[in-house]
Amino acid sequence: MQRIVILGGGVGGTLTANLLVKKLRRRIDRGEISIIVVDSTGQHVYQPGFMYIAMGGERAANLQRPERSLLDRRVQLVIGDVVAVDEAAHSVTLGDTRTLPYEYLVLATGSRIVPEEIEHFDQEAHHFYTAEAAEKLRAALDQFSGGRIVIGIAGMPYKCPPAPLEVAFLIEAELRQRGIRQSSTIDFCSPIGRAFTIESVSEMAAPILERKGIELHTFFNVEAIDPEHKVVMSLEGEELPYDLLILVPPHKGQQFLIDSGLAPAPGGWLPTDRATLQVGGRPNVFALGDATDLPLSKAGSTAHFEAPVVTERIVAAIEDREVDHRRGDYLGKVMCFFEIGDGKGTLLQFDYEHPPKPPKPNQLWHLGKIVFNKTYWHTVPKGRV
Amino acid sequence: MTALATQPIARTIDARGSFCPGPLMELIRGIRESTPGTVLAVWSTDSGSKTDIPKWVEKAGHRLIGVFDRDGYDEIIVEKTH
Repeated sequence: MQRIVILGGGVGGTLTANLLVKKLRRRIDRGEISIIVVDSTGQHVYQPGFMYIAMGGERAANLQRPERSLLDRRVQLVIGDVVAVDEAAHSVTLGDTRTLPYEYLVLATGSRIVPEEIEHFDQEAHHFYTAEAAEKLRAALDQFSGGRIVIGIAGMPYKCPPAPLEVAFLIEAELRQRGIRQSSTIDFCSPIGRAFTIESVSEMAAPILERKGIELHTFFNVEAIDPEHKVVMSLEGEELPYDLLILVPPHKGQQFLIDSGLAPAPGGWLPTDRATLQVGGRPNVFALGDATDLPLSKAGSTAHFEAPVVTERIVAAIEDREVDHRRGDYLGKVMCFFEIGDGKGTLLQFDYEHPPKPPKPNQLWHLGKIVFNKTYWHTVPKGRV
Repeated sequence: MTALATQPIARTIDARGSFCPGPLMELIRGIRESTPGTVLAVWSTDSGSKTDIPKWVEKAGHRLIGVFDRDGYDEIIVEKTH
């Protein structure tokens, strides 16, 4: 029996499990292979939908389904918290002391938000990285009747890089529609020297920010929040007063990856080969999605395009054959929609060698994102697209 | 040995292989963890670092000691001033 243990029931873990079943069905049915997905909650959450809770029109209940319902029946689902990976013993230990031995390990453990790393973040700053936080932000926007809105990024890397810009554009449009744009200011704070990490996207976004009257502050790395005076301060010495503060919280990888010696502190991102997706040169340990240290968007789309690579590499090893490099090398492909407000969007499609060339924003790409969000459950996790 | 032997480098951040904004973010983490007067060196293979890091250093009010072409990478040396 060869055991494939996949940690994480998000996009990457679920899709990898289902793709492995497609390739190894007969061996699984003969009892030669087992595939186990370990997830801490047993619930699969469609995180890109959180932003739409905050921007109105989406409900948290629509963004969650039982992980079991998305997995092929041949995949075993174990619900529990992973506390350690024992590389010497080739096993994973869960919080309830169960151990799961493996021959192949897939780390699809995502990222976690750590707002507590910035004092007063929880009391003062809104965000949209959990359903609950997005609901609170929606309520705050409903109560907002004009004033200063500051939107920023309180740590890099973070999930869904376009999201803060999208939120800025969508809020600007909402304020205009509600007739309170003239009595409001919007500041957008970027930790780097431009609006977005990728230069071509920044060149697209900067004129839109200007046209919408959103002031861009570059090199603004959030250092502190003064709740008494309602001011957010940057490491670079800038201070911005706010009435409504929206910050992307700092993100990290999972603590047990650091504790197990798989990922370096303090970030906890797994050192991952950009082509093979192997972790630290280990032939039987793979990472995908947010958990890696690859210089790519932490987004479901990244995991979506990485899952076939991990699948091919594990299947090739099990079948004792050479890797088919057409399917088994990751070229850095990522594709995501980008909202710019007023019912328009654009598309970011890129890989390691080709930066995105976003098409002129239009209604089609906005609708594309809406359709993708609605059809996600039937397509991505099951490997149909 | 760098051209600035009189300026002891207290910490070298090897960000080679990391892409924008990785080297800058690594330097920012180093600055946050250091005391004023500390000299830090960043090694970067990302061509953007040569321009991005000096711009950040200027805005943040620290001191750029120099940008040096090394063998296959750039070394950017910065003193934390406050």
